[in-house]
Amino acid sequence: MNAPLVEVRGLTKHFTRGGGLFQKGTVVKAVDGVSFSIDEGETFGLVGESGSGKSTTGRCMLRLVEPTSGEVRYAGEDVLAFSSSRMRAARRHMQMIFQDPYSSLNPRMKARDIVDEPLIIHKLGSKRERGDRVAELFRLVGLDPAHLDRYPHEFSGGQRQRIGLARALALEPKFIIADEPVSALDVSIQAQVVNLLMDLQERLQLTYLFIAHDLRLVRHICRRVAVMYLGRIVEMGDTEAIFANPAHPYTRALLSAIPVTDPDAPRQRIDLDPASVSRDAALVEVAPGHLAAVQ
Amino acid sequence: MAADVLLSVQGLTTVFDVGATPLVAVNDVSFDIRKGETLGLVGESGSGKSVTAYSLLRLVQPPGRIAGGRVVFQGRDLLTLPEKEMCGVRGAGIGLVFQEPMAALNPVMRVGRQIGESLVVHGLASSREARDRAIELLRAVKIVDPETRVDDYPHQLSGGMRQRVMLAVALACKPPLVIADEPTTALDVTVQAQILDLLREMKNTFDLSLLLITHDLGVIAEVADRVAVMYAGRIVEEGPVRTIFRAPAHPYTRGLLASIPHGRTGERLVAIDGVVPNLAHLPPGCAFAPRCASRLADCERAVPPEVRLADDHRARCVLHAATGAGADR
Repeated sequence: MNAPLVEVRGLTKHFTRGGGLFQKGTVVKAVDGVSFSIDEGETFGLVGESGSGKSTTGRCMLRLVEPTSGEVRYAGEDVLAFSSSRMRAARRHMQMIFQDPYSSLNPRMKARDIVDEPLIIHKLGSKRERGDRVAELFRLVGLDPAHLDRYPHEFSGGQRQRIGLARALALEPKFIIADEPVSALDVSIQAQVVNLLMDLQERLQLTYLFIAHDLRLVRHICRRVAVMYLGRIVEMGDTEAIFANPAHPYTRALLSAIPVTDPDAPRQRIDLDPASVSRDAALVEVAPGHLAAVQ
Repeated sequence: MAADVLLSVQGLTTVFDVGATPLVAVNDVSFDIRKGETLGLVGESGSGKSVTAYSLLRLVQPPGRIAGGRVVFQGRDLLTLPEKEMCGVRGAGIGLVFQEPMAALNPVMRVGRQIGESLVVHGLASSREARDRAIELLRAVKIVDPETRVDDYPHQLSGGMRQRVMLAVALACKPPLVIADEPTTALDVTVQAQILDLLREMKNTFDLSLLLITHDLGVIAEVADRVAVMYAGRIVEEGPVRTIFRAPAHPYTRGLLASIPHGRTGERLVAIDGVVPNLAHLPPGCAFAPRCASRLADCERAVPPEVRLADDHRARCVLHAATGAGADR
């Protein structure tokens, strides 16, 4: 079996809150010893609610936030040991798309320049070559190159997310971290963008880390998933196995909270008793390939 | 009008005077809410569902303006009421729950005073009584230790607790109708589930009618008795929740239901092609026609008439023009 494309081991990010000259602040363990690996061509889901540390984990992996400790291996190399110039070069292969297509695009730049910028920074091609490439990227994500000279506000939310995607794809990355890429979009548009992500994965052999809070969506596109709670992974395994047999009390509560789109379906809400979650429980195998932090 | 109808909206039209031609955000919208009933108003961004809610309370700000229609609440047309009497309806007759509790609550006012404020304003309680009543309401919305929490500021509360406080504010004067505008959209899914459970419970305890505005059909399925689907300012379908989920008549409703992820890993989602139309460039016929898979030549000619498919089920689509019991207006 091939080695995984991305491997995260014991990733930790602590933030210090408050504190002053003579007073120690309190330490918030936003990410607390997170480990997982992603195979090439796979979509791996990272699920959790606000404050679970899922976005911070994604940011740490690209060193947009410097992790406190741990290892992030990409194609076997430890990304956290890279010098800053080496890291910049490595980001060609690892890109990120963000949740809010309204705030993640520079409102004063034309769509053309937004997509062109990474090519300029990485000094790829002449002006003409770059122009062709930008138009090609626009078509790739389903946008009309006739709209290249428009500003972000002239596009709809779904189209803006496509621009963000075109920018991320400009450097031909192999690995994309998608942080809640469709949660700000309308339902009918969400499906379009998700289908596009799946098409592009097939065409360009992309590997995704898909960070999301919507379990219905994650079930659709991720073969494997990790559930995060208070900075730690509490359950991980094949998506279908976790949906069928959730082992951790938090996963059970989370799954039972998904609104059922059937007015006649019986509703069995499971509330989480925080006391039932042990901070010290390590991940153990509850079934082949299915891990949970239960005693 | 049936005796148990609490709110009857007839031909409500709200426009925004921007540019040469006014934008019609709410276009000839009609629906009834009966006593004790929950009507879910569902639509995507720009469909006009929130503007509808604000129009009912006459809270539309310029350049927006209500251009026509009637909003009959407890026998009075709210649209012709003097502003002073309208103030008596807001809060006391109709309570409002907003989407973003952090933006809707006053950050420099203790939550207890915000809950009691409407009681004092409407002359229903003295300040001291209002405080006791606020504690009772906090207990009703399941806030632990209400005697202490009553003196908290909004920033001291979690998102879910703030939404509970919003609900307590809306319920303070025991209004017969509460309008909840995306009450769970900003919340995590486990907190959303708690707030939906609470809404259902409050509806029974306070004998409420509820107008629930949301983009999430999952939320609708959990709480609503009837559903009205809005698209580009019009109600395109309305019916009992079971009918809408089991036998949706309008292609847009069908598309919305199909686009909810419910399949298995690796399957493609069912998307509705195209984008939500810009109100300034609406097509001449059915606004959904350009995105509709069942589009006919007629669709682009004129806005389809509303067709009554059953006593309690109507849709605005030419597919049903021949089969329906006839246009109702």
